[in-house]
Amino acid sequence: MKIYFKYLKILIKKELQYRTSFILLAVGQFFVPFIIFVGIYLLFLRFPNVGGWSLYEVALTYAIIHIAFSISECFGRGFDVFSTNIKSGTFDRILLRPRSTILQVFGTRFEFSRIGRLLQAIIVLIYAIYHLNIDWSIMKTITLMFMIISGIIIFIGIFMIGATFAFWTIEGLEVINIFSDGGRAMAQYPLTIYNKFIRKFFTFVIPLGTVNYLPLMFVLDKVNENKFIYMLTPLLGILFIIPCITIWNHGVKHYKSTGS
Amino acid sequence: MIAYYSLFKIRLLHGFQYRTAALAGALTQFFWGFIYIMVYQAFYNSTSTPQPITLHELIEVLWLQQSFLAFFVLWLRDNEIIDHITKGNIAYELCRPINLYSFWYAKLIAQRLSKGLLRFSPILIIAFLLPYPYNLTLPDNLISFILFIITLILGLIILVAISMLMYISIFYTMNGTGSLLIFSLMGEFFSGMNIPVPLMPHLLKTIVYILPFRYCSDLPFRIYAGNIGNKEALISIIIQITWIIILFSIGKLGMKKALKNIIVQGG
Repeated sequence: MKIYFKYLKILIKKELQYRTSFILLAVGQFFVPFIIFVGIYLLFLRFPNVGGWSLYEVALTYAIIHIAFSISECFGRGFDVFSTNIKSGTFDRILLRPRSTILQVFGTRFEFSRIGRLLQAIIVLIYAIYHLNIDWSIMKTITLMFMIISGIIIFIGIFMIGATFAFWTIEGLEVINIFSDGGRAMAQYPLTIYNKFIRKFFTFVIPLGTVNYLPLMFVLDKVNENKFIYMLTPLLGILFIIPCITIWNHGVKHYKSTGS
Repeated sequence: MIAYYSLFKIRLLHGFQYRTAALAGALTQFFWGFIYIMVYQAFYNSTSTPQPITLHELIEVLWLQQSFLAFFVLWLRDNEIIDHITKGNIAYELCRPINLYSFWYAKLIAQRLSKGLLRFSPILIIAFLLPYPYNLTLPDNLISFILFIITLILGLIILVAISMLMYISIFYTMNGTGSLLIFSLMGEFFSGMNIPVPLMPHLLKTIVYILPFRYCSDLPFRIYAGNIGNKEALISIIIQITWIIILFSIGKLGMKKALKNIIVQGG
């Protein structure tokens, strides 16, 4: 862990060297997703609800997913752009060092500019909570925290799977964006508005549903029985990381250097 | 003119090489199309009041948006040109006995055309085969179809002219990130990518109609879907041509001014 913080310190220093570029990137990270929210807001001026969910409920969902996504992109970017390491052969260097490969790939990149995206998501979160009449209890606050943590871990898991593919394909796969960017775009609305197949896929295969509508139904008091199970769903979502790590380790074993 | 045409042809053929990438891209685009359709369907189900665009018309617009993405998104950029400007390699470009504006323009339009032509057909074919209301159907009459083709091509010409302004602005700012950011944000919002133009509030719609962005995507797609009548389409073509003249003039003027003041610092 100590070594990871050392990596972070170096990377932050590196990024802050180009200050204008960094600020512009952060501003971009703020506005690019923010106009998506503006779009959602404008749609609600015309339509009363979406699949039975109100504007503020959607805003809460949106905020949680974007907070989770921005943090996971900030830390997990090394996996997101991993295919470049394979192509250039720098992964060989990582293998030579007596530390875990996962830790080292985490340490290759740190996208501090994602703070822009995080900031806009927090603004939307405050906006949603201010307008929603939620009876806040300790349980609900904990659930919300778990949703964010679990969301971060799920997105990192998706990045890891995408990176693992690169062991075989060498080129990065655009298709994996369906699950990372696509998953984010989809899960910014409660998943119940989608087709049954999609909802099940994103609950049981890629468990974004466990940080989305399932715990939200508890937070928003939409369920009366088995509250406890709804509350715990984000924790089940965290389990997703286990197969991801297994697949990654499998991929590392099969790695053949490109030799460049 | 021949020089620009051959450059255009080379770039077009160059772009056609990336067939597998295009197929993967088409698959991704197809998935995005589906997400958007399901979201709008859920919104439309919440009310029985008729909207300025029907759900089926909107679905057609969404499929066309995904198919012809390369024709109108401003975040698609050419890093080579940006590098030329910021790193000084532009000196080589200036040695050539050609007009730089037309040279870059030919290159950019060929890139978009090859990308667009490679990607649109797989998405459109699947979209035609889907069951109602998710499918894409042919326009009601042949005239709308012809108007769609004309406005789509004119739209591409407008869009590349806008993107030229983006590159030219880098001469003044010397920072690619900022210019790209502002242009792609404006482009996305004012062309109706975030929220379809007919569903916008009145004031915003007025602004959108004044700006050129919607004439690249919103206009041709809604003509195809039958949401814009043939009479309005004909008037819009005149507006499109006016925009082309305006954007070309601004671009050429801006380029001339920028090149006059350019300093290449050796190295």
